[in-house]
Amino acid sequence: MIVLEGLTKKYGDFTAVAGMDLEIPANCIFGLLGPNGAGKTTTLRMISGILRPDAGRVLLGGYDVHETPDSAKALLGFVPDRPFVYEKLTGAELLRFTAGLWGMSGPEVEARIDELLELWDLTPWKDQLIESYSHGMRQKLIISSALVHNPTVLVIDEPMVGLDPRSAWLFKDLLRSFVDKGGTALISTHTLELAENLADMLAVMHRGELVAVGTLLDLQRQAAAEGAGLEEIFLRLTRGATDENIERVLSR
Amino acid sequence: MIGTYWLLITPKLQTIKQRSRGKGSRTARQTLIGALGLLVGYGLYWGVTKLLEVLLRVEDLGRLLAFKVLSIGLVAMLGILLLSSLIAALSSFFLARDLPAIRSAPADWLAVYFARLTETLVSSSWMVLLLLIPLLIAYEQVFDGGIGFYAVSVLAFVPFFLIPAVVGSAITLLLVRVFPASRSRDILGFISIGAVGLLVLGLRLLRPERLVNPEASRELVDYLAVLRGPSSPWLSSQWTADAVVGYMDGAFEPFWLLLLWSTAAGLVVLGAALHSRMFPLCFTKAQEGADQRVRRHAGWRAYEALLSPLPLRRRELILKDTRTFFRDTTQWSQLILLAVLVVVYVYNIQVLPIRSNEALERWLVSIVFFLNLALSGFVLAAIAARFVFPSYSLEGQTLWLLDSSPVRTSTLMWSKFWIGAVPLTVLAVALAGITNVFLGVGIGLLILSLVTTAVLSLAFASQALAWGVFFPQFEAENAAQIPTSVGGLLFMLGAIGNLILVIVAQVAVLRGYVMSGFPGREARDPTGWELGIALVLTLALCGLTTLVPYRVASRRLDA
Repeated sequence: MIVLEGLTKKYGDFTAVAGMDLEIPANCIFGLLGPNGAGKTTTLRMISGILRPDAGRVLLGGYDVHETPDSAKALLGFVPDRPFVYEKLTGAELLRFTAGLWGMSGPEVEARIDELLELWDLTPWKDQLIESYSHGMRQKLIISSALVHNPTVLVIDEPMVGLDPRSAWLFKDLLRSFVDKGGTALISTHTLELAENLADMLAVMHRGELVAVGTLLDLQRQAAAEGAGLEEIFLRLTRGATDENIERVLSR
Repeated sequence: MIGTYWLLITPKLQTIKQRSRGKGSRTARQTLIGALGLLVGYGLYWGVTKLLEVLLRVEDLGRLLAFKVLSIGLVAMLGILLLSSLIAALSSFFLARDLPAIRSAPADWLAVYFARLTETLVSSSWMVLLLLIPLLIAYEQVFDGGIGFYAVSVLAFVPFFLIPAVVGSAITLLLVRVFPASRSRDILGFISIGAVGLLVLGLRLLRPERLVNPEASRELVDYLAVLRGPSSPWLSSQWTADAVVGYMDGAFEPFWLLLLWSTAAGLVVLGAALHSRMFPLCFTKAQEGADQRVRRHAGWRAYEALLSPLPLRRRELILKDTRTFFRDTTQWSQLILLAVLVVVYVYNIQVLPIRSNEALERWLVSIVFFLNLALSGFVLAAIAARFVFPSYSLEGQTLWLLDSSPVRTSTLMWSKFWIGAVPLTVLAVALAGITNVFLGVGIGLLILSLVTTAVLSLAFASQALAWGVFFPQFEAENAAQIPTSVGGLLFMLGAIGNLILVIVAQVAVLRGYVMSGFPGREARDPTGWELGIALVLTLALCGLTTLVPYRVASRRLDA
């Protein structure tokens, strides 16, 4: 459902994403992991058509995101890493506006908006300006805006930021149901527990490259860490801080 | 306490230092703004000097009138200082982003109060101070005050600036106790802009140009002369005026300086006491959001119905832009100032003494016709710079939603263009229609002016949008900052170039008509041919300057 071929992005001399190849099948939750600055957000922004790659291409449902954006983006729902939205719109207006961008309006959209706001306990805030929303409420609203037009592909950058435990549980349930009904979800996250429990497939990115791809078992093999948890695999693949580093910091 | 105070204001000082070390485009901008500031300062100095010279010519009352003008000017400045202190205090005491960190640190409350008061004082006073300096130099020059005048001025004006800063901070504290901080900011912003608008309108309607005409100025002089005594004995502006005027008059009384300094000191103590008692509670209150519920009024429903024939995506984009504009007080409140400036402009045209059938006035009318076109065009370009140029930048951090949606860039360009072009064109046509009716031009010239300003509006909207796309300011804190960028400057230069080109083309075609109004020649109206050619040339030029930037910007967005 999501295909990346030789995807490359450079910022000046710095290569953020270096010739990435990846294929994510339908009906799959795919977790993209990596340390800060690994290139995850840049990858997700290229997949969503926000950034244009320097080389390579992205296919969504067989459509090239940059050559045939209308068809490719019609399938897409995107949640960015930071919940910036129009502060002077109400929650309902933002969802109506988003549906409009995907060419949808009318009573069906209104019913869908009510449904989504109800799901996230946002109904009392429906007609309040977004500037009065808390960080978590904005996150829930943006997840709703990614779902309002019934996408088949969800691309989500850091979904759990600001979500309370109940909303986090709800999100996981929602994502599983979305995939069970034929959707495909790509999530970039630092919450390893979420990735381990939820993702059907995983990839670890480091310095713009994929260093491991597959199921948890595949990752254990690739990291030469049989039986290890995702945290240990991640640290091995990305060479995390050593005990000596920590000791040095705390001894001062 | 002093150590903490310095620590708290150090980041602000460092920010100012960093800004002054700007490179490249920032240095160019700072140099340009500095040069403009010097020019305005000199203009003010020159204007005040001339005014004082005129006033001093009035028998017996000359000196009194000059001092009265200073006194009135200081009352106005005190009002402005108080209003801007209210807004600055709201920002520095309640809305600044570093406040949670400062509140959570074990910082001495008095040091925090003094640091924030200093910030309020500086941000509310610097502009008034820049206006005051040329005014005081003018007084010193005219009344030969010498170095002592400047010493007395420094001693008098430090408490003059401090008093409204302390009072403004205290009022803000009480205001936030009642209203949430965000709502207070909106209310104060609206009041300030309204007050500035009224001040500009009031000054214009006084018709100060009558001062140069002794007959007409008699009435104004009589009015001022009535106010022989101190106009406002309870205001610190009067005490400041008395201290400075006393020195200039050779009757300096230290009492006024003592009164100013003791009042300022007393108010600082009271302000600090109020701060210690109320600030923790008010700060907590300030964090509460106002009720931001939006109700759909009949006007909105009518607007939505008006847009209903448009395709869905275009309609939604226009509705979104309209809603975000009118719900942001900092955006629409500037329309009040704009309306005032337009009224002042139309009033200026109406009071021009040129409506007559004599030949001399005929050539004046034809000159004023083109001058009016130039000035209206400049006003339209400035409005496009303020409202259309920032429209792409304002998408800023929310651009991800548009970029990840199947909306084509052509749809985005279309909606951004028309939402800017329609109000601009309506204003342009109204401005051209009313002013040319006042000027008494014929029907042919009236049509030419209406079409010219309409197509110039379209060209300016397109150019402003295009420059905004090429020089986006996604990080700008508010829309008013965006046009002050290099892109905004380039747009203004381009738009003025476009305007000059159109006017030169029209004057070239209509030169027979313009020359015919001169003394000794037979006055005639422009012929149909002349008007037709001028019209076609204008349409061709503006068509080009509308379509080319539009296409180039669309391509840039596609890239």
